Amino acid sequence: MNTNSDGFVIFEKIDKSYDGEVLVVRNLNLNITKGEFVTMLGPSGSGKTTTLMMLAGFETPTNGEIFLDGKPISKIPPYEREIGMVFQNYALFPHMTVQENLSFPLEVRKLSKSEVEDKVKKALDMVELGEFGTRFPAQLSGGQQQRVALARALVFEPRLVLMDEPLGALDKNLREQMQYEIKHIHERIGITVVYVTHDQSEALTMSNRIAVFNDGVVQQLSTPDILYEKPENSFVAEFIGENNTMTGTVKEINGEFCNVDLDSGGSVKALKINVNSIGDKTKLSVRPERVTIGTKDSNVNQFEGQVEELIYLGDHIRARLNTCGSKDFIVKIPNEGDLNIKESSKIKISWDPSDIRALDYSQ
Amino acid sequence: MEDIISTTDQILTTDGLPLKVSLRKTERKNKIRAFLLVFPLLLFIIVTFVVPIGDMLLRSVDDSQINNVYAKTFEEYNKWDSENDELPPEAVYEAIFNDIHYGDKVQVGKALTRMNYSKSGWKSLIKKTRRAIKKIVKSGELPTSYKETMISIHEGWGDRLFWVSMKQMVNEKTVIYYWNAIDRTYDIDGNVIMQDEKRRMYIKTWIRTFKVSVYVTFFCLLLGFPVAHLLANLPLRYSNLLMIFVLLPFWTSLLVRTTAWIVMLQQKGVINGVLVWLGIINDDQRIQMVYNMTGTIIAMTQILLPFMILPLYSVMKVIPKSHMRAAQNLGAKPVRAFIRVYLPQTVPGMSAGGLLVFVLAIGYFITPELVGGKDGQLIGHWIAYHLKTTLNWGLCAAIGSILLAIMLVLYWLYNKIVGIDNIKLG
Repeated sequence: MNTNSDGFVIFEKIDKSYDGEVLVVRNLNLNITKGEFVTMLGPSGSGKTTTLMMLAGFETPTNGEIFLDGKPISKIPPYEREIGMVFQNYALFPHMTVQENLSFPLEVRKLSKSEVEDKVKKALDMVELGEFGTRFPAQLSGGQQQRVALARALVFEPRLVLMDEPLGALDKNLREQMQYEIKHIHERIGITVVYVTHDQSEALTMSNRIAVFNDGVVQQLSTPDILYEKPENSFVAEFIGENNTMTGTVKEINGEFCNVDLDSGGSVKALKINVNSIGDKTKLSVRPERVTIGTKDSNVNQFEGQVEELIYLGDHIRARLNTCGSKDFIVKIPNEGDLNIKESSKIKISWDPSDIRALDYSQ
Repeated sequence: MEDIISTTDQILTTDGLPLKVSLRKTERKNKIRAFLLVFPLLLFIIVTFVVPIGDMLLRSVDDSQINNVYAKTFEEYNKWDSENDELPPEAVYEAIFNDIHYGDKVQVGKALTRMNYSKSGWKSLIKKTRRAIKKIVKSGELPTSYKETMISIHEGWGDRLFWVSMKQMVNEKTVIYYWNAIDRTYDIDGNVIMQDEKRRMYIKTWIRTFKVSVYVTFFCLLLGFPVAHLLANLPLRYSNLLMIFVLLPFWTSLLVRTTAWIVMLQQKGVINGVLVWLGIINDDQRIQMVYNMTGTIIAMTQILLPFMILPLYSVMKVIPKSHMRAAQNLGAKPVRAFIRVYLPQTVPGMSAGGLLVFVLAIGYFITPELVGGKDGQLIGHWIAYHLKTTLNWGLCAAIGSILLAIMLVLYWLYNKIVGIDNIKLG
């Protein structure tokens, strides 16, 4: 989160409050490079949509300044910002045909008729809706409406495109298909995209970088793999992907690693990420797929658990264990065709110290 | 199973019954139950709506009363060769002699009014004749020539014009009331002509009714649009309060509200008083705002305003706020965004409200009657007048039917232009 000045979009010390009592966004510093696909991910009420609205110009920051291409934009009205936006429910104008919807931003900019026609056609072809120009939005399916909204946000060649949960209204299959489509369009035309969603798989699929929001604060801003592999705090660890959590107290710190005494008994050697000193409470986080059945050579991080439930999922089997103070300790066992674990039997599990992270004890 | 299907050419249930029969059987009970549920409402609509309107439509063209009174006369009258003979034959005179004498007094009296619509003078002619006939019959000497006797009673019976005017009455159906409702009547030969100058009042009133309705609709739209917009966009807490203000007039008696307007608008009223007190006008320049068209328009606008606001509100409420944002995001300034994106989406509400207000205004009675004075009265005034004072129900029915027809035409136009599926009444 460095505030170097060559970012394309820069949020600098942004605070936002609606009522003067609660800060919806707190000290937001964000730097987006040109051509990047940045996703703001977070639970509802975390301030991500407010941030997007401030960028679009529909909300005013209570403090701080937003820079776009080096210029402060707080005083520029939304209609002069040249920022395209795809709204949550598309906000297609129902009384205009698809073509009219698309030519609206061009006519406002007083482009010549032939130019308008040309650009509308190009935009429609881009989203593969060439023949649907004369239809009204109500005559299109949800996915098609979504594409029209996308085409409309891009047709006037904005400097930046914002998307506010654009796929929220679509069913699962279509949503996945659209994720790829948006991603490919982004790659093809190289426009900067700021995307808001609460769906982590969507964020992981599409983004160059993800900003995880909680409580008005960016918890972590990294690429999808780092966010998943190396969460910096317990919120990110729990919010992104599946996660087994244990609580304990730091006993010993050894360079990169630390030893933690679990509240439920036993000791764990873990990566020291977000703990400061001996005696701190900590949350330990390990991904279900990093837990192995059976013991390893080294005798660290070995536990015994009772199998509460086995769920067959084809490519892998989910085992819910009662161990380490949790009844919902999940282990993903790859389906290698020779599983001989029964429910309510006891099994041994272990994991590598570099796969478990000692994080803050905030929640 | 398959060969059964191929021979009978219809689908059968597993038990061998034709599917359609089986379906009908199972559905019958539901249908009966559904019908019984709506039956009271259906009955209510028939009794309170279909029957009265049907009756009105029939009455507006009905001329059967006079045909019952002069049944015999009209039968003979139709045989008269009016092209060649100056006066009808003896048989007609005899028939009318008997019809007048033996006819029920009340019925004959009623028929007189009708006869006078066709030619003035019938009333006195028949009345005088009736008295004379009574004497003749009493004396027991029936006339040898009815024709001569009657002409001797009143020379009108020898006037061809009276006899010709009877031609308009012999049909059981007539459109004379419709012609009357637009200041026209038949001349003696049955041609449609304008009424006498001093009897022309309907066209004037129709035009005034239209004018007032258009003004009221326009002002309602002008005043209602911002209110509806505010209602749709305020936070719930405030919009509920505002909604109560909008509905408050609904809960106040129409008479009270109308009278309040008189208090406000009259020459010694509140508004004039304030204007004089502020020195804007002199005491002798008080503005006449009531008992004229201005008063009618002001009071009716206030009373009909909710009918404009509610449909508008219901339409505006479902226009997503993101539309205005999207339009601005796409580069349109707020005014342009409003005109291009918001306004077109309110058309169903504007037209529904407009239609509702216009239709209500065109038939409005109490308010214009109270605050309208002479130049603020609408067509409803004449319906009430003829209903209560002259008892010319045929004319009332004709005016009512014309109002109904106007409404249907408006509805048809609305459907053509906006589409009835788009109507949003709340």
